[in-house]
Amino acid sequence: MKIDHSVPKEYATEENRLKIFGFWIFIGAEVALFGTLFATFFTLVDHTATGPTGHEIFELPPVLIETFVLLTSSFTIGLAVNAMRLGAKKAMLVFMGITLLLGLGFLSVEIYEFTTYVHEGASLQTSAFTSALLTLLGTHGAHVTLGFFWGLFIMIQVARRGITPETANKSFIFSLYWHFLDVIWIFIFSFVYLKGMM
Amino acid sequence: MKEYFSRFALENGDDPMIIGSQIAIAVVSIAIIVGLTYFKKWGYLWRNWLTTVDHKKIGIMYILAALLMLFRGGADAILMRAQTAVPNNGLLDAQHYNEIFTTHGVVMILFMAMPFIIGLMNVVTPLQIGARDVAFPRLNAISFWLFFFGAMLFNLSFVIGGSPDAGWTAYFPLASNDFSHTVGINYYAIAIQIAGIGTLMTGINFITTIMKMRAPGMTLMKMPMFTWSILITNLIIVFAFPVLTVALALMTMDRLFGTNFFSIANGGMDMLWANLFWVWGHPEVYIVILPAFGIYSEIISTFAQRNLYGYKSMVFSMVAISALSFLVWTHHFYTMGHGVMVNGIFSVTTMAIAVPTGVKIFNWLLTLYKGSIKFTVPMLWAMAFIPIFTIGGVTGVMLAMASADYQYHNTMFLVAHFHYVLIPGTVFGVLAGFTFWWPKIFGFSLNERIGKWAFWFIAISFNVAFFPLFLSGLNGQARRMYTYSEASGFGIYNLISFIGAIGLAIGFLLIVYQIYWSTRYAPRHVDGDPWNARSLEWATHSPVPEYNFAITPTVDSIEAFWDKKEHGKEIFKGKIEEIHMPNNSGLPIIMSAIFFVFGFALVFSMWIVAIVSLIGIFVCMAYRSFEIDHGHHIPVEKIKETERKSGVTFNED
Amino acid sequence: MRKKWFLALLGVLIVPMLSGCNLLVLNPQGPAAATQAKVIITSIVTMAFILLVVYCLFIFMLVKYRASKQEPGYKPPHIEGSKVLETIWIVIPVLIVTFLSIVTIKSTSDVEATPKSLKDEKPLIIYAASSNWKWHFSYPEEDIETVNYVNIPTNRPVEFKLYSFNTMTSFWVPQLAGQKYAMANMVNTLHLAADHPGSYFGRNSNFSGAGFAEMEFEVQAMSKKDYAKWVSDVHATAKPLKEKEFNKLLEDGHLGRKTYTGTHLGFNPAPMSHQHSGGHEQGDMTKEEMNHHKNDKEKHEDMPGMEHGE
Repeated sequence: MKIDHSVPKEYATEENRLKIFGFWIFIGAEVALFGTLFATFFTLVDHTATGPTGHEIFELPPVLIETFVLLTSSFTIGLAVNAMRLGAKKAMLVFMGITLLLGLGFLSVEIYEFTTYVHEGASLQTSAFTSALLTLLGTHGAHVTLGFFWGLFIMIQVARRGITPETANKSFIFSLYWHFLDVIWIFIFSFVYLKGMM
Repeated sequence: MKEYFSRFALENGDDPMIIGSQIAIAVVSIAIIVGLTYFKKWGYLWRNWLTTVDHKKIGIMYILAALLMLFRGGADAILMRAQTAVPNNGLLDAQHYNEIFTTHGVVMILFMAMPFIIGLMNVVTPLQIGARDVAFPRLNAISFWLFFFGAMLFNLSFVIGGSPDAGWTAYFPLASNDFSHTVGINYYAIAIQIAGIGTLMTGINFITTIMKMRAPGMTLMKMPMFTWSILITNLIIVFAFPVLTVALALMTMDRLFGTNFFSIANGGMDMLWANLFWVWGHPEVYIVILPAFGIYSEIISTFAQRNLYGYKSMVFSMVAISALSFLVWTHHFYTMGHGVMVNGIFSVTTMAIAVPTGVKIFNWLLTLYKGSIKFTVPMLWAMAFIPIFTIGGVTGVMLAMASADYQYHNTMFLVAHFHYVLIPGTVFGVLAGFTFWWPKIFGFSLNERIGKWAFWFIAISFNVAFFPLFLSGLNGQARRMYTYSEASGFGIYNLISFIGAIGLAIGFLLIVYQIYWSTRYAPRHVDGDPWNARSLEWATHSPVPEYNFAITPTVDSIEAFWDKKEHGKEIFKGKIEEIHMPNNSGLPIIMSAIFFVFGFALVFSMWIVAIVSLIGIFVCMAYRSFEIDHGHHIPVEKIKETERKSGVTFNED
Repeated sequence: MRKKWFLALLGVLIVPMLSGCNLLVLNPQGPAAATQAKVIITSIVTMAFILLVVYCLFIFMLVKYRASKQEPGYKPPHIEGSKVLETIWIVIPVLIVTFLSIVTIKSTSDVEATPKSLKDEKPLIIYAASSNWKWHFSYPEEDIETVNYVNIPTNRPVEFKLYSFNTMTSFWVPQLAGQKYAMANMVNTLHLAADHPGSYFGRNSNFSGAGFAEMEFEVQAMSKKDYAKWVSDVHATAKPLKEKEFNKLLEDGHLGRKTYTGTHLGFNPAPMSHQHSGGHEQGDMTKEEMNHHKNDKEKHEDMPGMEHGE
């Protein structure tokens, strides 16, 4: 395996470069996936039937906490990648750990939010609107959950194997994924919650 | 207990035809297992095929599966044509007929056309760009096995639980629990989903391969036309398939969890399904047709013995077609009551596709100009494609006109049109490509004489089978009717069509015979270039060694290999070095098999099995994350030995 | 050998062609279908021209440049392409597509409106609702309801208001007009008129399950006088339509013809009452319509046709 030392480790081998390029295309597919979910949501947003509207169930505080937590985690994963490039393994692990804890925090608030909705009579089956809302949020939440475990496994590998071209590549791709989830959340925050509350 | 098992039974389970096929499936499966055990071939199968990550072997498996599915879908077709051959026929009842036209559509598009094309792209693309393999060999294996198990799950519906019966478009509310009581539509949603995930990964894999792994000197505008078509096809896959993923997921949730996306109560919108389906569905048509355009470009230029005419406009027309393919989906339901404005806009975008397609037709015709045309079997397919596909194309323009479409929609006219597009466009294309690249894959050629018989049978029977349907559509025959009255006057068209269908069946059986005969008796040749062809895949040996090229080729023109032969330009510069290759892995097939179990559990709402298998899938992913696998190296000596066997000599210095 | 095949093929294709003059769609009996038939003929002629060009070029190339006709050792030249030629086969198709686009938009707006020749007549409104597997026709003006047949006066524009009680269907009378979908949560409008008295074949053309093949109906066009007589006959002889009886109709599969006085629109109204005739864009229901829809929901729920799956 040829290792090119003139570039950051995550780009150091041919295989690494292919993986990063491939992952960008994967993100392109994910954009199409979430785009379809958003389109479905916008189509059905007024189809509330006898169920509640967004205006009736959305609450600002949990959504603000989720937004704050997720945005911060995007910042800390950036710090982790920075530490990785500097070769600071311990700092990298700390920042990744914080990122994942924030991810967990986000998920807890989201689960609380979902149970509140169900209690208020807005479950998955209530109306086309609630189906679309919970599916959109749930898909994002499932991505965060998957990301949590993925990140955890990468942390274990970095801790055991150190920062090698392989682990650096994985961590960098993970950070792309995490930032992407953040971008999706910003769209959810603006076009689902804020627009719904207005 | 009995109640629990009753859901696996079929509604029409006492039909002798179904019992017969159940027995046949059981007998064949047992025969395969016994045979493999008796001849002690399990180890060979596992090591060389089931765990392979070699793009050529994966391609062969794709094509094999596609051929099997061609006969499954073809059997459906023959049954349909037999049932409608005469008025008031009682061969099949309505339910059975509805199931077979549904499975015919799904199988032919998703489990025959797609894998056949993906198989050819697997075999050819890396060779054509001078690469050692695809970008992500193991992902490639996962793609194949997901497709394979998705297809198997779909076919299982035939014997366990009941086939989908709402048409391949599965429009709501017909596809909802209220109107389709069996688990058939669950199979549809979940089996296609599993195969679709595999296809999406193929898309990512091949874009990366083509963008990043081309031989030195091969700029984008020096890529062979087939590679161009594959690049564009995969771009469409990456942007269209996520839409299908979402649509199928929502469908699954509506059926299993009682959500209200497409229901007619609680605010659901049945039209949303139609929109999502065709936002994927129309680009899908181009996913199966653009690669065939690429294949024809290679074949026409090879056998006219001339370079492809208008290379640049060929590339730009494909780009234009792919962009337009996302802007026309509404033409599948002009009759849903959009205003004149919406229908007008979509009429124009749809007709606009005719322009780049026409450019391609004329460029192919001009490629023949001043050529020296050899009528081999691949060339015959390509030549039959032009006049027949043009009929498909011009009737497409007719259908694009909204006001007239109010009369064509949902009729046999439409059925005739899309068969006139898809059969010459896709089926002739893959058969041409299959015959063309067969010697590259296996080191011997398919028999030309039998191939020509098969060609004439299929090309003529095709027109006999489908041309009358244009007329019966204009005479008021709706599609998907299991029977019709004598007074309707549809009888004569359908009888002629049935005769054509028999001719088509004979033609396809001749192809099987051709493969059988050639495998047994055709002379083996070591020449890597039996057709005197023009692109890089012909520059290596046949069959292709595992590492494809001993030395990575360097190119400086569109037809590098032709230039080497004609002008003596050296493409293999440098000397043989150690080659790094990926290791085989059992993970793809194991993980996909668990996907199969997961899918089956979902179909029947067996939640415990579903959860356990879902965990199994994640365990496989976790295992992969921790696994250390750096592949292996093929030493120089071994490469030289392989090359020597293929007749290459080296100056040992 | 090849010639014989070709002749056989020709025979097989030409026999049905000869009966082509009777094809329903090309034998229109009303202004909308006449417009469509004209568009179809125009497009066939235009497309035949394109086919002719392609086929001539194709045959010329195949005959002139086959290898067996070339001198031994002939090497085909390398030709890149020609800007002039490529421009020609872009520009001419663009012109053809432009021409057909104009035809399409003009004819589509024609068939989506009251026929021009009958502009002065007040349109007759008939609700056509489908349920598995039959058609219910309601005449709010005449206060009549029929099942599986519909009578209309000739030379008077008719507006069919289409919707469905369950699966999506398509209302199609080939000789009088094209088709339109009938769906559960919106009403579509199909404009139609008949030139001459007669019986016309109509059917659901959108696959809707097991009973789809037999889901046909008859359109009887009759002179205005006969039509008026039919209306008064119905009022003299037919039973009134009761909600209970109507619910039973919905439940039954195939039915013969039925005639009632009164309509189901009173106790089981169409999904949305106000519908602009130019068609409806999906997805943009107005607030008012939504509310209306919500109020309907209760009624929808105790509709027997929808409880199939439980």
